[in-house]
Amino acid sequence: MSVILVFLLVIAGFAGWWLSHQRLLAKPWLEQGMAGEDFVDLGRSPLPTAKIGLGVFLAVVGCLFSLFTSAYFMRMGLSDWRPLPLPRLLWLNTGVLVLSSVALQCAVVAARRGQLDMVKLGLATAGLTALAFLVGQLVAWRQLTEDGYLLASNPANSFFYLITAMHGLHIMGGLVGLGRTSASAWNGGRPERLRLGVELCAMYWHFLLFVWLGIFAVLAGWAATIIDICQRLLT
Amino acid sequence: MVDVTPADAVPPAEVGEVELYHPHSWWTKYVFSQDAKVIAVQYSATATAIGLVALVLSWLMRLQLGFPGTFDFITPEAYYQFITVHGMIMVIYLLTALFLGGFGNYLIPLMVGARDMVFPYVNMLSYWVYLLAVLVLVSSFFAPGGPTGAGWTLYPPQAIMTGTPGGQDWGIILMLSSLILFIIGFTMGGLNYVVTVLQGRTRGMTLMRLPLTVWGIFTATVMALLAFPALFVACVMMLLDRLLGTSFFMPAIVEMGEQLQHNGGSPILFQHLFWFFGHPEVYIVALPAFGIVSDLISTHARKNIFGYRMMVWAIIAIGALSFVVWAHHMYVSGMNPYFGFFFATTTLIIAVPTAIKVYNWVLTLWRGDIHLTIPMLFALAFIVTFVNGGLTGLFLGNVVVDVPLSDTMFVVAHFHMVMGVAPILVIFGAIYHWYPKVSGRMLDETLGRFHFWVTFLGAYLIFFPMHYLGLMGVPRRYAELTDMTIMTESAHHLNSFISIMAFIVGFAQMVFLFNLIWSIRHGREAGGNPWRATTLEWQTPETPPAHGNFGKELPIVYRWAYDYSVPGAKQDFIPQNVPGTFGPSREPT
Repeated sequence: MSVILVFLLVIAGFAGWWLSHQRLLAKPWLEQGMAGEDFVDLGRSPLPTAKIGLGVFLAVVGCLFSLFTSAYFMRMGLSDWRPLPLPRLLWLNTGVLVLSSVALQCAVVAARRGQLDMVKLGLATAGLTALAFLVGQLVAWRQLTEDGYLLASNPANSFFYLITAMHGLHIMGGLVGLGRTSASAWNGGRPERLRLGVELCAMYWHFLLFVWLGIFAVLAGWAATIIDICQRLLT
Repeated sequence: MVDVTPADAVPPAEVGEVELYHPHSWWTKYVFSQDAKVIAVQYSATATAIGLVALVLSWLMRLQLGFPGTFDFITPEAYYQFITVHGMIMVIYLLTALFLGGFGNYLIPLMVGARDMVFPYVNMLSYWVYLLAVLVLVSSFFAPGGPTGAGWTLYPPQAIMTGTPGGQDWGIILMLSSLILFIIGFTMGGLNYVVTVLQGRTRGMTLMRLPLTVWGIFTATVMALLAFPALFVACVMMLLDRLLGTSFFMPAIVEMGEQLQHNGGSPILFQHLFWFFGHPEVYIVALPAFGIVSDLISTHARKNIFGYRMMVWAIIAIGALSFVVWAHHMYVSGMNPYFGFFFATTTLIIAVPTAIKVYNWVLTLWRGDIHLTIPMLFALAFIVTFVNGGLTGLFLGNVVVDVPLSDTMFVVAHFHMVMGVAPILVIFGAIYHWYPKVSGRMLDETLGRFHFWVTFLGAYLIFFPMHYLGLMGVPRRYAELTDMTIMTESAHHLNSFISIMAFIVGFAQMVFLFNLIWSIRHGREAGGNPWRATTLEWQTPETPPAHGNFGKELPIVYRWAYDYSVPGAKQDFIPQNVPGTFGPSREPT
């Protein structure tokens, strides 16, 4: 359970940092009659509410994948674990997903500059590359099943399919949001709304890329190796 | 009335107006509504309805335990199904949904001075996914084999094996699917509760001016958002074990002389995941109760809450600590003794902030102008019950005491006192307190007092004797104990007595339901602020609050939520949106 505890520690650190800016030492019973202008920095954050909402949601998603990783490491320690060889294709898929993130980042820059054509190009590239990533993952699954690495034949396989499926489902959910943003780009929605939409998509995409890099490292066994080295250094 | 500076002395609030969704038809106003208040009522009604099912299940259980062998239709399988579904409904579909979905939805926007939740559409979806989860759970009663009988903790391997009711039928599949749906629905709602507190607060409403109710619900929601994923992961993995033959949790096992295809899985892994959710869940239910009870006590004792800052810090501390105590549910799972020591220590440490809260409630009451209204009675009953349940928690938190008491009726008595009866008492108190705001009418006083005394005394008569049964060694989760040597004649009598009390307390709840329905039309008119309370929900221009909550102008907050009996003020309460300073040393401005 150490992965999830580390993740929660990060969340707690962030929450603590935020709370420390909220005057938790205030004595509200002595602050009668003070209204809004006295507490300029203590109201809502200047960030758009939707971004904060997405941030909270990503914390939940991060929690979910940390828990899968925790379970992975605990199950890995048992004797019947036979790691499976990762298909080379996953490297290509990783590249495609990076491309998708880069495209969305370009769309964000374009949206800030008000270049609608570039926004459309960025959104379309991001959508197509994300779809290509999903197809690539399915092909990787197919290769594994053809080589006899079935879902139920070993826990390493089960975890591989389960975690990649969960990640893929999150990408699919993201595609729904991307589709809506694209629709508003093509139908000429309000520029500030479009910009927010593109920024939200980019935030989600970068996070899912980060999650993918994390689980790729875990599934490939590097994470375990690094932890092992760290433990040896410590003892 | 207190001196009021005209509101326009302050520049108009720059709070961004939420783009309110305006309902256009009966359907979008009352059914597919995006108004948090309607969603709150929908959540509460659904939770109450499914809670009634759980109440009936507890009666059936008590029929079997109190009068074993008398009722043929309660087979051992049926008994297991009753305890499982009773526990699951009460913990998740009733308490969590009612505190966060019901009270959270109703009170957060009103108390922080917002027009609605920040994402109303997602909020509406949250309710409908919750309803779907409830329907899936109910459907398991009609599925072949009936609902699951695995116990509310659903421990593998037995949960998905043949001997357990629903294990190889539909029961466990529907149960896990329903939980997954519940978690998805809750996450949608939870995002709203958290972000509304962060971003929806009106001008002047700093975090340290929030009523403790909002602090409790807010912290509990943050915890739930981080803890429910653990249950989600456990459910998905068990579903795969059951449906696709993986071995996440299933060890190599022989069933009815046949080797199953599972191999090498770890049931302990499930226990870790389950309790990583399960223990924070206790506080997810308790923290909103703590918050609400603080407000009830302060309002009905006409006195500011004692140690507001401590109360806030204690809520945060409890929230954080509750994530590092989960393995105290697993002392008997064969863990490393050092782990047991660690988790026993953290468990006992969590008693410190909790005790601070209890002291502060008592000190709020000290020399207060206590009005023994029904909400106050329930709040007082909560304090006593929570202390009782908490003390047995200190017993069970110690490894050496827990091991012999594990899986006995003592544990059942402990958690029913601390997270069953205590939060339910707060829910009742809160309903009596806020019903006038929701409906515009008071609940009937006589029926309410009857309901209180029967529930409070009855709950003690049910659960106090259970401690003794537990100390005698009577195990939980047994459908039939007649022939065991520990079941002396007096123990049998005690069991029958508990059962009869359970029926009486259950009957009192019917009176309460009747009161709820009858008072909608026939209750006394309440007016806008019957309890003369300070928080913003009592200052709305209309009662019940209209769509958008606060009329044209959002309120501006000038003070904390607990200005009761301020010397120098003309009334014994100063609402949060009244400007000016009062006090012995200061002249009103």
